[in-house]
Amino acid sequence: MNRRSGTGYTGIPPWIYAIAAAGAVFVLLPLVAMVAKVNWPQFIPLITSESSLTALGLSLRTSTASTAACIVLGVPLALVLARSPFPGQRLLRAFVLLPLVLPPVVGGIALLYTFGRQGLLGKSLELAGIQIAFSTTAVVLAQTFVALPFLVVSLEGALRTAGNKYEAVAATLGARPSTVLRRVTIPLVLPGLAAGAVLSFARSLGEFGATLTFAGSLQGVTRTLPLEIYLQRETDADAAVALSLLLVAVAVAVVGLSYRRPRIGVAPEGAFR
Amino acid sequence: MSMPRRLGTALLVAGALTAALAGCAAGTPGAAGTASSTGAGASGTPKLSGAITVFAAASLKSTFTQLAGDFEAKNPGTKITLNFAGSSDLVTQITQGAPADVFASADTKNMTKLTDAKLIDGAPANFATNVLEIAVPPSNPASIGSFADLAKPGVKLVVCAPQVPCGAATETVEKATGTTLAPVSEESSVTDVLGKVTSGEADAGLVYVTDVKTAGDKVRGIPFAESDQAVNTYPIATVGTSQNKELAAAFIATVTGSEGKKVLSDAGFGTP
Repeated sequence: MNRRSGTGYTGIPPWIYAIAAAGAVFVLLPLVAMVAKVNWPQFIPLITSESSLTALGLSLRTSTASTAACIVLGVPLALVLARSPFPGQRLLRAFVLLPLVLPPVVGGIALLYTFGRQGLLGKSLELAGIQIAFSTTAVVLAQTFVALPFLVVSLEGALRTAGNKYEAVAATLGARPSTVLRRVTIPLVLPGLAAGAVLSFARSLGEFGATLTFAGSLQGVTRTLPLEIYLQRETDADAAVALSLLLVAVAVAVVGLSYRRPRIGVAPEGAFR
Repeated sequence: MSMPRRLGTALLVAGALTAALAGCAAGTPGAAGTASSTGAGASGTPKLSGAITVFAAASLKSTFTQLAGDFEAKNPGTKITLNFAGSSDLVTQITQGAPADVFASADTKNMTKLTDAKLIDGAPANFATNVLEIAVPPSNPASIGSFADLAKPGVKLVVCAPQVPCGAATETVEKATGTTLAPVSEESSVTDVLGKVTSGEADAGLVYVTDVKTAGDKVRGIPFAESDQAVNTYPIATVGTSQNKELAAAFIATVTGSEGKKVLSDAGFGTP
């Protein structure tokens, strides 16, 4: 399954390694500095305090929910963007990717004016008895908003790389579009979908600005781990550092687990395993 | 779609954002323009010159911006750079070596952190006080009229978290009055609380008197007698590492003097 060539030739000039090393140090050094700051004797009590565990649990639950929402909304979006050309497609893509470049606070404000009490949809939702503001649902909405582009970009890339030969063949053999999607397209891009889902999960886990602006901050309801860290920092720097390390560990675990397998642009035989 | 096209879209979005940010930055240095017009004033006082950086609590933004502008106008050749943030953030920055000459805190607790660390020159001077006030949307949807009303069931109340000064004050009032509040959110800063009220998400919020004034007609303020249970005192001091202590002391004198008192009381601050 390993597709790397066996010749040993990488085509990378030696000086690239030097710059790459500097890049790696630039990313790793702040993490090392943080680890050095951790109050180790107090580490376990700090991360197992009631407020920390509640925040961690809430973060994991909401991130899972928003990843699911990203898959439900993002897979069709990526398919439409990658497979069927239509007028305004370029514009749609630019807008779908907008949360990537938007400061999360801006996203939070936009969500507030959409789902908030006085918002575009908020009034109708309130009449229907649904109140989103200050609820866990608001957290999931904020996370989905910022994480969706990650899934769409990953999956669209995978769809384009995979091409549509196999789908065309399946169709000529009489498979209906839904069957082709289920039996050919999705299995073909599964690694890309998995990578996108993992990135969405990681982005949801780190979501801060939109949540703070849109959902508020209450223990067990809307105060996710990043918000808890931000609050702890006010009074207890040790707790903030310990929780930061916990968040880093969870993120590394999630991303590390998923990148162990070959991903986007994988050979078709891999997809049909 | 071709790659250059996609890059083009990305650059367009990036360009628009940069332009928007640049627009924000260009708005601030308005004080420089007014400096020359009233420059002839101070002839009897010793000539002040140079530049200082003032780290001030976020709640002092409008008053200190005005005071610094006036000060620069009266003393041509001086430059006061202001840095506003939460008091505890500023303490962290100064402890980590940020180049501050003057520190104005929103509470004595944060100032004490610096005096304990021997980072302050001399004794801090208290120059203002602030008390809590209830802020409600102009329509007052939950018909709030008193502090006790905040505990009514169904009221969407937003307060500061106990970890930040305004939240500590909220907790003190709660204890003193024997009221138990059930907020829907505990925010990390008073501006976040105010934001939830001005946007109409919350029925009521507990903020400072001065925040209600700053918000203008976007919120209605409801003062309550119990607020005197938790009075926040604002101290100001010269930072020990300051390179221009003369100018720092002159600015502090302006803040604590009659001119500062007027500007501060106009903004709703009390006198210590």
